[in-house]
Amino acid sequence: MVTAFMEKTTENQAVQSSSQSHKESILKVNNLEIFYGEKRAVNGISMDIEKKSITALIGPSGCGKSTFLRSINRMNDLIPGARAEGEIIYEDLNILSEQINVVALRKEIGMVFQKPNPFPKSIYENITHALKFAGIKKKSKLDEIVEESLKKAALWEEVKDRLHKSALSLSGGQQQRLCIARTIAMKPTVMLLDEPSSALDPISNAKVEDLIVDLKQEYSIIIVTHNMQQASRISDKTAFFLSGDIIEYDYTEKIFTNPAVKKTEEYISGRFG
Amino acid sequence: MHQCIYPIMTYFRGVWCIMEKLVPAKDRLLKSNKNWLDGELRGKILVILCAVIMISATISITIFLGTKGLQSFIKNGVSLIEFITSTQWNPTNQAKPEYGALPFIFGSFAVTFLAAIVAAPLGIGGAIFMTEIAPSWGKKILQPVIELLVGIPSVVYGFIGLTVLVPFIREQVGGLGFSLLSGTIVLSIMILPTVTTIATDAMSSLSKNLREGSYALGATRWQTIRKVLIPAALPTLLTAIVLGMARAFGEALAVQMVIGNVRDIPTSILDASATLTTIITLNMGHTTYGSVENNTLWSMGLILLIMSFAFILLIRYLSSRRKM
Repeated sequence: MVTAFMEKTTENQAVQSSSQSHKESILKVNNLEIFYGEKRAVNGISMDIEKKSITALIGPSGCGKSTFLRSINRMNDLIPGARAEGEIIYEDLNILSEQINVVALRKEIGMVFQKPNPFPKSIYENITHALKFAGIKKKSKLDEIVEESLKKAALWEEVKDRLHKSALSLSGGQQQRLCIARTIAMKPTVMLLDEPSSALDPISNAKVEDLIVDLKQEYSIIIVTHNMQQASRISDKTAFFLSGDIIEYDYTEKIFTNPAVKKTEEYISGRFG
Repeated sequence: MHQCIYPIMTYFRGVWCIMEKLVPAKDRLLKSNKNWLDGELRGKILVILCAVIMISATISITIFLGTKGLQSFIKNGVSLIEFITSTQWNPTNQAKPEYGALPFIFGSFAVTFLAAIVAAPLGIGGAIFMTEIAPSWGKKILQPVIELLVGIPSVVYGFIGLTVLVPFIREQVGGLGFSLLSGTIVLSIMILPTVTTIATDAMSSLSKNLREGSYALGATRWQTIRKVLIPAALPTLLTAIVLGMARAFGEALAVQMVIGNVRDIPTSILDASATLTTIITLNMGHTTYGSVENNTLWSMGLILLIMSFAFILLIRYLSSRRKM
């Protein structure tokens, strides 16, 4: 009994000490609860997300990780009946507040979805689309941003000769990199990736993974993934979600080699989920 | 009794034997000639018959209208050029009958395009309201309203137009009241459900990913609707408008009651006018079958048919561009 208690305390200490980041944090989540109507999907989670690093969210389907991700740029506002309580602090502001201009927020916290969703327009227009909304009208400036963001998304070489062709003519992997490029074009601080490569073949997947690792230099990235190898390959920290709670949140290396909680070990070794 | 049950017994035991794999493979798997037994052939014949009846109805109407419609030109010697370019319509003039149907052709087109100009923005606006702005309660109110509009018979539209709209226009706007404007208003309300329903389908069939993609880039709702959703749905939205126009072009009764039915090309929207359909319905009763005037009415019917083919071709062309 006493030993069990002791173990638990040391466990907590271990979690706390190792989750104290060496890097500055970009987002601080305090006691976040998310509801769909009456149903609670996320039960009061707290975590700090490090700046310019990759944070992976893992866990079985329906554990609340995507819901959490979508609350960070307020995409859940689009779902009738969804509401969030608690705080997500970004540069001293609670982004869940009523006073937040969600349109401006989404320019700083961009999102890439599971299924590549380019607009049925040309490659060029896919990137300039949101820039024009943001008020950038000058052709030379637009050209510059298009080239820059396609280069960052490692797509420039493949598409530079056909910028005005339909984006739907690209392969799935290219489409997904285009979606990443158009998010980069908005110069966000945080990028939210919701299973960005789960709909892609292994080669495209590898390209997207390499890209994500490169993007870490400039952006803080939060990625939801069902692919354990992917999480262990690319992320710096990993949070394991289960039934709306964070079971364990630590450095990826620790989570995958020596998890503190038994459930985590069971999940990553494929014993349930 | 026995004769009746025995074949059924063998039939079901046959099924059982097959399920239990008791009969050899050639009896289980090879095609048999006993298709009648499982109703496969009967079903096939039944649906083929339905299709044949529909196709032959359409073809025979087309052939009939084609031969009747061309008779005025071939048999009666009415000039086709005169028919579609002259503005003089005097078929009853004994000395010098004139068969210029241009005013009616013009009237049909004018009232159709004007109705489309009114109904398209209203219908597409309503569709956007239902799908994007207030998907929950907007749809609850607008959907039954639209279904009601469809259910109202055209004679009722015409009657309301005649008793409310025509006097209103006469007193408030000017002219006789019987006018292109009245026809346009009545028709645009009649085609509104068509346009709205198809436009709503177009908007709601757009992928959720498209919306999310745009919002996630920091686009506002209006920017998303205007720059992403409407362009993506455009081919279907155009189809909605064209289908509405096809309906307006063919509508006779309600238009006839409010448009005034004169033989001149209208010079303003307050002038009375006539359409191909209204002239046919007005004159088909009192002209003798086989007379020149009656034959020219058939020619007008042929023009309506050709136009409806043209609308169908246009819709097909637009739908084929919907791939994106």
